[in-house]
Amino acid sequence: MKEIFLNPQLWAATLAMATPLALPALGGTFSERSGVVNIAMEGIMLIAAFFAVVFAHATGSAWLGFLGAIIVGLIVALIFAWAAVSLTANQIILGMAINIFASGITAYLLNTMYGFTGTPTDTPMLPTIEIPGIKSIPFLGQVLSGHSVVVYLMIIILFISDYFLFHTNLGLRLRAVGENPEAAETAGINVIKLRYLGVALSGILSAMGGAYLSIGVLNSFNPDMTSGRGYIALAAMIFGKWTPFGSFGAALLFGFATALSMQLQNTAFSKNIIMMLPYIVTILALVGVGGKSVAPAADGVPYTPKK
Amino acid sequence: MKNILKELYIPVVAVLIAIIVGSIIMLITGFNPITAYISLFIGAFGSVNNIANTLANAVPLILTGLGVAISFKAGLFNIGAEGQYWIGAIVGVWIGYSFTGLPWYIHIPFALIAAMVAGGLWAGLIPGLAKAYTGANEVITTMMMSYIAIYFSHFLLEFGPMMDKSGTIPQSPVIKESAVIPFLIKNTQLSYGIFIALAAAIFVYWLMFKTTWGFEMRAVGYNQRAAKYAGMNVPLNMVFSLGLSGAFAGLAGAVQMLGVQHRLYDSFTSGYGYTAIVVALLANNHPIGVIFAAILFAALGTGSQYMQLNAQVPGQMADVITGLIVFFVAAHRIAEVIKDLLARRQKKEVKA
Repeated sequence: MKEIFLNPQLWAATLAMATPLALPALGGTFSERSGVVNIAMEGIMLIAAFFAVVFAHATGSAWLGFLGAIIVGLIVALIFAWAAVSLTANQIILGMAINIFASGITAYLLNTMYGFTGTPTDTPMLPTIEIPGIKSIPFLGQVLSGHSVVVYLMIIILFISDYFLFHTNLGLRLRAVGENPEAAETAGINVIKLRYLGVALSGILSAMGGAYLSIGVLNSFNPDMTSGRGYIALAAMIFGKWTPFGSFGAALLFGFATALSMQLQNTAFSKNIIMMLPYIVTILALVGVGGKSVAPAADGVPYTPKK
Repeated sequence: MKNILKELYIPVVAVLIAIIVGSIIMLITGFNPITAYISLFIGAFGSVNNIANTLANAVPLILTGLGVAISFKAGLFNIGAEGQYWIGAIVGVWIGYSFTGLPWYIHIPFALIAAMVAGGLWAGLIPGLAKAYTGANEVITTMMMSYIAIYFSHFLLEFGPMMDKSGTIPQSPVIKESAVIPFLIKNTQLSYGIFIALAAAIFVYWLMFKTTWGFEMRAVGYNQRAAKYAGMNVPLNMVFSLGLSGAFAGLAGAVQMLGVQHRLYDSFTSGYGYTAIVVALLANNHPIGVIFAAILFAALGTGSQYMQLNAQVPGQMADVITGLIVFFVAAHRIAEVIKDLLARRQKKEVKA
């Protein structure tokens, strides 16, 4: 057991596994802080993962693939925002709709565009980065260096997100809209616009998470390859009490559970029991064990502006 | 009659728009939507066997859909029917293979009732009590419980206590003859389970609309504060509605095991728990509507396989259309927006 924890691969895998959870979890933080529950992040990730491969292969550039994925993710998020914010449709049901649609359309297009052989094998991948200095430190270098560029991008976005949400005027307004939209509107804040912003940010970050899976870790797309990560990200965000660093910490914990279950594949201890832990921990957090997680007051409640 | 038409308006329009958008997607990707839809229809309803398989597909959808509809009516979002289905399937199969010497009229009801209790506890005990007494959002807790249930089934089947020791494939032993719900039509998947599903729909209708208990559940769903002032026990109602909701999802799992699969396979999803949400939504949570909505989505499922073989359109088109239907049902205010736009344009034209 001891050598498993001393193996730097476990900790490197933890960080790698946490990235596709942390990105949508950060996105979900923006969306829910503005008052919109975005379950559609799962579907947005999946669609982005697919189009990352499409654009990367068509242009021969992984970066253009990444950009294309973000644009497609943003478009889907804006459609969701339009229905959820402007048409005040039920956010949970809309999210389910987009997730079912995403699962269908990506598998459908995979078949029609590439046939049954899967996505082309010459699809370019996003680069990995060796950090000079840290790279040569024993153990730490193996854990922190040599990851996909998206991993480091996520860390940068993490700090920006925290600064934006808690240290800027716009961040304060975004949070006000999710807590008490009526009061925010009275104070002259455009509730609708800020909710669009929150959802758009969640779409962009989810798309990055999806693209990381398809052209960061691999260079191919498989049907339903996000396998519920958008939902797990929501759990991470809740466990992290709707804060960027909390979300990241929870994503690390969930990433650790996944990495550990992979290492334990050949031991007597069942990996399936380990895989349950993140979900159990999330329920405990919601029920209030170890400090209750409380959602923004107007989270999930559509708002109709007073005329 | 007028009321029924009004109720049908949103789902029918949503289905039509979804079919049109689906056609556009097929045209863009180089398929003829008309031949696709014709082969979809033939696949679902073209022969006695096809109809039987569509109805067989509808059985778990009716039962899980009823479960979700109950929770929606009570103002709760049980989106964890998938997990409750698995728990019901686990318990149903376990009773099915581990008890011997029981007559069928004891063995089958025993397995079904135990599965209902297990599914009910899975939804009512943790998500229900957590919602009622700590306010924990049931959307998240039921979803988390789904993942726990699925990993629990992996744990049981992958070299765990429920794995069939005679082989190396992660699957349970086959249930005993006395626990099998017999097939209604040979060489199809349709078992007598269809009658259980139909009876369940009628039972839920009676419960929701003809009993005090159902009235209280609907009252709590409609306006919690008013229900509280009327002297109803709101927390207890929440626990019961989530429990009842889980019980029907659990029943779905057991009926599927005893009637169709006869053993539990290792898998990541049955898919029924998620489609159940769509079924309840399209039916506007009406128990009788659930039957028709379940048949519609079951038909999309069976028809799409035929469509893939005969019109070469990938079967996932069914999911695309399902997603679109749900989207347009949820966003039904699109109609108002379009009406507004048209009215405004007409005004402009009049002015000009």
